[in-house]
Amino acid sequence: MAGSQPTHTSNRILLPAKSWFIAMTQLIALLLNMIPFGRLPGIPDWVALVLAFWCVHQPQRVGMTTAFVLGMAMDVANGSVMGQHSLAYVLLAFAASGLSRRILWFPLSQQALHVLPMFLGMQLVMLVARMMAGAEFPGVLWFLSSFTAVLLWYPATFVLLAPQFMPVDTDTERPI
Amino acid sequence: MSVAGHSPPPFFKRGPAPLAQMTFFVIISIVMLMVDLRFQTLEWVRLALATAAWPLQRVAYLPIDASSNVGEYLTRLSVLQTDNEDLRRRLLNSAHLLLRQEHLEIENKRLRALLDMQARQPVKGQIAEILYAARDPFSRKVVIDKGLQHSIASGQAVVDDLGVIGQVTRVFPLTAEVSLLTDKDQAIPVQVQRNGLRSVLAGAGAGAMELRFLAANADVQAGDILVTSGLDGIYLPGLPVAKISKIDRDNSFAFARIHCEPLAGVERHGLALVLGNRPPLPATPEAATSAAPGKPGKGRQVKRRPR
Repeated sequence: MAGSQPTHTSNRILLPAKSWFIAMTQLIALLLNMIPFGRLPGIPDWVALVLAFWCVHQPQRVGMTTAFVLGMAMDVANGSVMGQHSLAYVLLAFAASGLSRRILWFPLSQQALHVLPMFLGMQLVMLVARMMAGAEFPGVLWFLSSFTAVLLWYPATFVLLAPQFMPVDTDTERPI
Repeated sequence: MSVAGHSPPPFFKRGPAPLAQMTFFVIISIVMLMVDLRFQTLEWVRLALATAAWPLQRVAYLPIDASSNVGEYLTRLSVLQTDNEDLRRRLLNSAHLLLRQEHLEIENKRLRALLDMQARQPVKGQIAEILYAARDPFSRKVVIDKGLQHSIASGQAVVDDLGVIGQVTRVFPLTAEVSLLTDKDQAIPVQVQRNGLRSVLAGAGAGAMELRFLAANADVQAGDILVTSGLDGIYLPGLPVAKISKIDRDNSFAFARIHCEPLAGVERHGLALVLGNRPPLPATPEAATSAAPGKPGKGRQVKRRPR
């Protein structure tokens, strides 16, 4: 896959993203999501964050198939109804990869504003799916996790794009 | 296909259109949701995936485990001393009850034998530690550290030192999920300790419970203790469950709204006792009409005779 830019307005050409790195970040996100925080509000959905990030930056590699598999894993890890996270993540991946060409024209803060309604929509899908089956309302504070996830868009971009910023080989003889 | 035998360049191959892909996955997800909610037939998928994810889950639990260990280590000596003293006093207070209980149990057994009743089989229990609350924000569940390996089965009752906590609803090889009584889908048959009025107590979420479908003039009072009635064949009769905290009697509704709060530390963490399965109740007698196969034939004969 050809190298890309951090944003479309940037002059920097990035190295191609490595598949193993994408897979590893998703696995780490899954691990972070499994930490049992109970009902503490404002814990971000790491998997959703990483998934949305890769769907925006690598829409040809990470898409709805990955989202579906990660959703299944989350359903099992969370002890929720099978299909709840898969449905929400697939819709998130659809929105993120569909809007990726648009989102990448904006600076980071405005990218985050684009991603916020996606996260909120994802939580709304989960809420509707569970409330229709008669589950209890988790409280308005539950939506706080979308906002913390959006705040993490900035650091996430730096961490997840870091390997692509590194030069292939350092040439000490280079004149400039 | 092209005439020259060239295939299209690889950068045009992108798989199915995004909309088609999304529709496909959304349909699968919705089917899974419905199957899991209505028929509960996806448990084997869940069991397989959970077993595979077990090491990962264990690693994820490490930070919580470590933080609680550090907290325990830093507990002050005085706290431990007062705790110890309190426990010793409680032990002394309950000692005479325990001593008498043994005597009473022997006496009870003898009396039952005298009455030629079926001796109640003692139910064994397994002590389990509550590891953490499940992350699903839509339900009230906790995970305990005993599972299939310790022959825990789904449906067993879980109690703590004060009363019933909930019921095992899902079992994995090394852990099990316990639905708390405050879960909205959880119900438990109870009776009012004061007058034996039977009802079903249902979870209301947010750490509360509700006694549903009792008439507005039912004989219940705030402060009444609810104990299990044992009619379901799952919970042993007489286990304390909840206390009625508030009753709204509104004559415009057929039923009173009865709010209860759990007696046991339902939302607290610590040790719990998983009770073994109760011996099965005798089967309910079949309806009298279907029980007698000879009768319809006779009836027909009787009808034919006058012809």
